[in-house]
Amino acid sequence: MRRLLPNPWRFLTLLVGAFVFLFPFYYMLIGSLQAEPDPTVRGAFPEPGNLTGQNYVEIDKAISLGQSLLNSGIFTGGVILGTMVFGVLAGYALARLQFRGRGAVFGLMLLVQVVPFQLLTIPLYVMIVRSYGLADSYLGMIAPFAINSVAVFIFRQYFLQLPQELFDAASVDGANELEILLRIAIPLVRPALLTGVLVTFIGPWNEFLWPFLITKQQDLQPLAVSLSNYLTTVSARAANPFGAVLAGACVLAAPAVALFIAFQRQFISSSLESGVKG
Amino acid sequence: MNRRPATVPKPARRARPAAGRRREALRAVMGTVLGKQPIGSAFVAPYLVFLAAIFAYPLAFAVYMSFHDYFFTAPGAIVDRPFVGFDNYVTVLSDPAVRRSFLNVGIFLLINVPLTVVLSLGLANALNAAIRWRTFFRVSYYVPYVTASVAVVGVWLFLFNENGLVNTVLGPLAPSPSWLVNSKLAMPTIAIYVTWKQLGFFILLYLAALQNVSKDLYEAASMDGAGRIKSFWNVTVPGVRPATILVVLLATVTGANLFTEPYLLTGGGGPNGASASPVLVMYQKGIEQGNPDLGSAIGVLLVIGVLILALIERLFVGKDD
Repeated sequence: MRRLLPNPWRFLTLLVGAFVFLFPFYYMLIGSLQAEPDPTVRGAFPEPGNLTGQNYVEIDKAISLGQSLLNSGIFTGGVILGTMVFGVLAGYALARLQFRGRGAVFGLMLLVQVVPFQLLTIPLYVMIVRSYGLADSYLGMIAPFAINSVAVFIFRQYFLQLPQELFDAASVDGANELEILLRIAIPLVRPALLTGVLVTFIGPWNEFLWPFLITKQQDLQPLAVSLSNYLTTVSARAANPFGAVLAGACVLAAPAVALFIAFQRQFISSSLESGVKG
Repeated sequence: MNRRPATVPKPARRARPAAGRRREALRAVMGTVLGKQPIGSAFVAPYLVFLAAIFAYPLAFAVYMSFHDYFFTAPGAIVDRPFVGFDNYVTVLSDPAVRRSFLNVGIFLLINVPLTVVLSLGLANALNAAIRWRTFFRVSYYVPYVTASVAVVGVWLFLFNENGLVNTVLGPLAPSPSWLVNSKLAMPTIAIYVTWKQLGFFILLYLAALQNVSKDLYEAASMDGAGRIKSFWNVTVPGVRPATILVVLLATVTGANLFTEPYLLTGGGGPNGASASPVLVMYQKGIEQGNPDLGSAIGVLLVIGVLILALIERLFVGKDD
């Protein structure tokens, strides 16, 4: 026993921790499959007689899961696209090119990370909804998140690690900076691109306040918004409100959790790096 | 790999004619003005425009609105928006709902920040050993952090409502009124929810910091006869101090941004505003009730409050050296 578990108390602590973190997710799944909500201890275990897929049908009828998922996907996809194009360009320039004002741009990028976004909600709402009339549009949804600064920072860190000789050789061969970036630098930092996509993904996919403010039409709302509207207004009238809410919650949580588990290595290393170096 | 040999012979320099020399001189002058690779400016231009439009301008705009009588109009309408000095600030500061929300976020931070530091450092330290199922633990701690709050709130409502599993298990010990409708317990429950949700991220920060604590220090401590607990206090805690400063600051900023949880968990900051956060009140006043000037004043006050708090915390946690 001692050899198997050199430090049983430590292991037990971690196990209790894991239970506390994972149980709500397990309970979310169980609750979403219950025909009748069962808040007793026995209800935490699947009961063959009380299992149903009806809650998923119910929530789909109320907020049309397909359309909501599509909206979440377009919102998230737009942000990822903006970050992968303009963020990679910025990260590359900050790491490898010498131009006037580089230090200032870098300082600005770090400063942005500590500005609480919620403070900007009111002026952004006035600008985007009232001045530019972009309420109920994908563009208005994407604009404030278009380039993820954390991802720019990660790209810069990876580009910095490439050896300088590579770039010298390429520029002697007459390649211009864009060609060097596309043909030499990007293929060498592929893991960073994946990390950038993952870090960027959880922002808009999970974002609630901003899309909630600017989308009033239900057919444009991302899933986080339509689910919360269901939670606050419709659910009181439903037959099994918890079941339907939990079914929606499972659909909202699944892509992020699956993506994270599949690529957990990239995720953890990126957080470590930005934490230590930032 | 398309990696080239490190030393490529440069083309031999030929004697240049006068025009070439002049061009060279011009390039040198441009180089000192714009930098060696001015194309870099073009590469960062879109990002810079984004930062200006989404951060710098709205920030200035928020301060401007907070000092003017600002209201919503149809796009393009030209109206007079007189300068009103500190009127908006006086209005919000004398509003009991606003004062309550600042008190609430204070309660929130008092619970959330110490709990976050203690639990994330403790779990990171436990995780930092050669232990079975290490990846499994790391992943399971990180899962709440990557999941949308809207999704997780659903299951917390199910767990913590009047007849939920938590009260069923507690039996006669269950609080009455229940957690989220109890004016004394609503804010602490939200604070614990947010601690739970964000903890995985902070555990990873501490895990990274723990890699930088020198092994020699632990050896020296055990040579001096320090036990596990003593070396945790004397080596680990001081060793991760820079990370602790970061954790405290980030937890404070996250707490100041609180919105989704009071909006959904306690039905809009209930009971009776006992769990309303400043951002929630800012949303209600600024957008629901159509007073963006008052909302902006709350936002500016919130940022000033966070900055002051950050300075105090820095003094309290110690210098980063």
